[in-house]
Amino acid sequence: MTEFIQSLVDGVALGSLYALAALGIGLVFGVMRLVNFAYGELITAAAYTLLLTKDLPVGLRIILALAVAVALSLIMEFIFRPLRVATPATMLVTTFAISFMLQNVAVLVFGTRGESMNFLPDLNKAFEIGDIRIRWITVVSIVAGAGLLSATAYVLNRTDIGLQMRAAAADFRTARLLGVKATRVIVFAFALSGVLAAVVAMMLAVQRPLATPSFGFLVVIPALVGVVVGGLDRLLPATIGGFLIGFATVIISDLLPSESRVFLNSALFGLVIVVLLVRPNGLFIQGAASGERL
Amino acid sequence: MSKFVRSWELVGPALLVVAVALVGTTTSDSLQLQFRSVLVTASIVVALHVFIGNSGVISFGQVSFVAIGAFGAGVATTPVDVKPFAFPELFPFLKELELSNVESLLLAAVLGGVYALVVGVPLMRLSGLSAGIATFAVIIITNNVFRNWERIGPGAKTLTQIPETTSFLQATVGLLIVIAVAYAYQRTRQARMLRAAREDPPAAQSSGVDIYRQRLLAFTLSGALAGFAGGLLVHLAGTLTTEQVFLDLTFITLAMLVVGGIGSLWGSVLGALFIAGLNAYLTEAERGVRAFGLDVDLPSGTRLIALGAIMALVLLFRPSGLTGGRELAWPFVRRARATPGG
Repeated sequence: MTEFIQSLVDGVALGSLYALAALGIGLVFGVMRLVNFAYGELITAAAYTLLLTKDLPVGLRIILALAVAVALSLIMEFIFRPLRVATPATMLVTTFAISFMLQNVAVLVFGTRGESMNFLPDLNKAFEIGDIRIRWITVVSIVAGAGLLSATAYVLNRTDIGLQMRAAAADFRTARLLGVKATRVIVFAFALSGVLAAVVAMMLAVQRPLATPSFGFLVVIPALVGVVVGGLDRLLPATIGGFLIGFATVIISDLLPSESRVFLNSALFGLVIVVLLVRPNGLFIQGAASGERL
Repeated sequence: MSKFVRSWELVGPALLVVAVALVGTTTSDSLQLQFRSVLVTASIVVALHVFIGNSGVISFGQVSFVAIGAFGAGVATTPVDVKPFAFPELFPFLKELELSNVESLLLAAVLGGVYALVVGVPLMRLSGLSAGIATFAVIIITNNVFRNWERIGPGAKTLTQIPETTSFLQATVGLLIVIAVAYAYQRTRQARMLRAAREDPPAAQSSGVDIYRQRLLAFTLSGALAGFAGGLLVHLAGTLTTEQVFLDLTFITLAMLVVGGIGSLWGSVLGALFIAGLNAYLTEAERGVRAFGLDVDLPSGTRLIALGAIMALVLLFRPSGLTGGRELAWPFVRRARATPGG
């Protein structure tokens, strides 16, 4: 029983992390129909910022990581502008090409061997409730995840720009006809997704202290899968999908007998296939097919 | 339109392939391996085109069929006296299996086709991004199983001592076979129905097209060709690891298809030869050799950056790829523009 609760706690922690990444991907997809593979490189860029600012005060490091991720996200937005009229396949492969390029820039500049970011290592310490060990970073992840999700929900539901984003996500052309400025909404979505990327990078930096060129890519793949499993068309389902992938990863890994744990990915992605077959439009999306998009 | 002009859609790409192969035979030894590898990569991309180009559904899973073909052909041709020592965990019948080169290529095609059929039966009901992610799950599972199940392959070890039989002749003939099959399929009624479904699913359905059935057919054929290309791949350098037939190959071949122009055979051949050729050239340039009459010495590590940047630039400035998804038109006759995918 204790072990089970322990896995639940760990699952919630990883889930919160993937949920934030999923939200960042979903925000951009909502307004631009663009699956940004290069989102992982925003996370990686924030991680390398933490690495390069090792000797500065923590507050400054956080601000710089946020600034770098947002700046890179805005640059990406500018580069992707010609893609607004492109087919989904072209969009996907272009963002992949950018991701591929940036990963290799990181290889060239920093090498493939990871270097320790030394970011708030004390958060890895644990406290105990009964027999359950909880690391502080788990608490921070969950609180930050919940906090940022609520903040995003507030922006989307209670502010002008949020309303415009939701309008653009629902029907981009009609929103434009009604006076929503396309570029402004898209720029805002990219900026917000940059903030989320930096936060994901910081959460990860505590638990996986080595900054490597594939640091962010390894998060984006499961988050992206979660987004599609949850339902790409709506933000909340997409975010919950991201959460569930993280949660399921931990739970399945603990359920598998130790000698077959190497087949974790097979079990997890087998489950993904089953869910997609049963609910092709997303686990939490009701109603008719959204049609052929890709 | 005369039959001759129409067949240019097949002859044109084939001539380009032969020309590239002939240029390759005149180069130095290390460049020759690069050229042969370009030809094999192109076979994989044309195999991808058979499904993705005709159906318009992006599949991240086709490299699974390359992998099963490659490991099948590789294990079947590794000498029987080596296998019990190098890979003691193999199933006994695999340890005793020893096929000739051509037999192993046929085995690779059959394995690829059967695996694609098995995977396709449930998955071809999906479309859009769900299909993309489901096929992505297939490549993850395939890699995970090959890497950890030592009864069917080398596991995390490297498969070695495979006969290096993919000569220039074999790589070229192999690619030409793949192109010819892709072309022959493209001209069938089934492929036309599939392309109709790509352009307008409801209209195609209401005209009686069974989209699921046509997708499954294309998926299986694409799987068989991908398996065959995997066979060529494993015999190229004589060694193979699971990482060689995983995400990098998936993304790079997909990028070649899109850069060439999704939807046409010509696009897949051109995109593959362009990007794979560029990659080969940059590899040589990193080593600082004199290639194609230019003295280039790039710092190592710049190859992949340049490759990524060029792919992105092509797509940003030509979103529908180099060919715009059109087949190659006979250059000497004035006529109406060819429709995408012919």
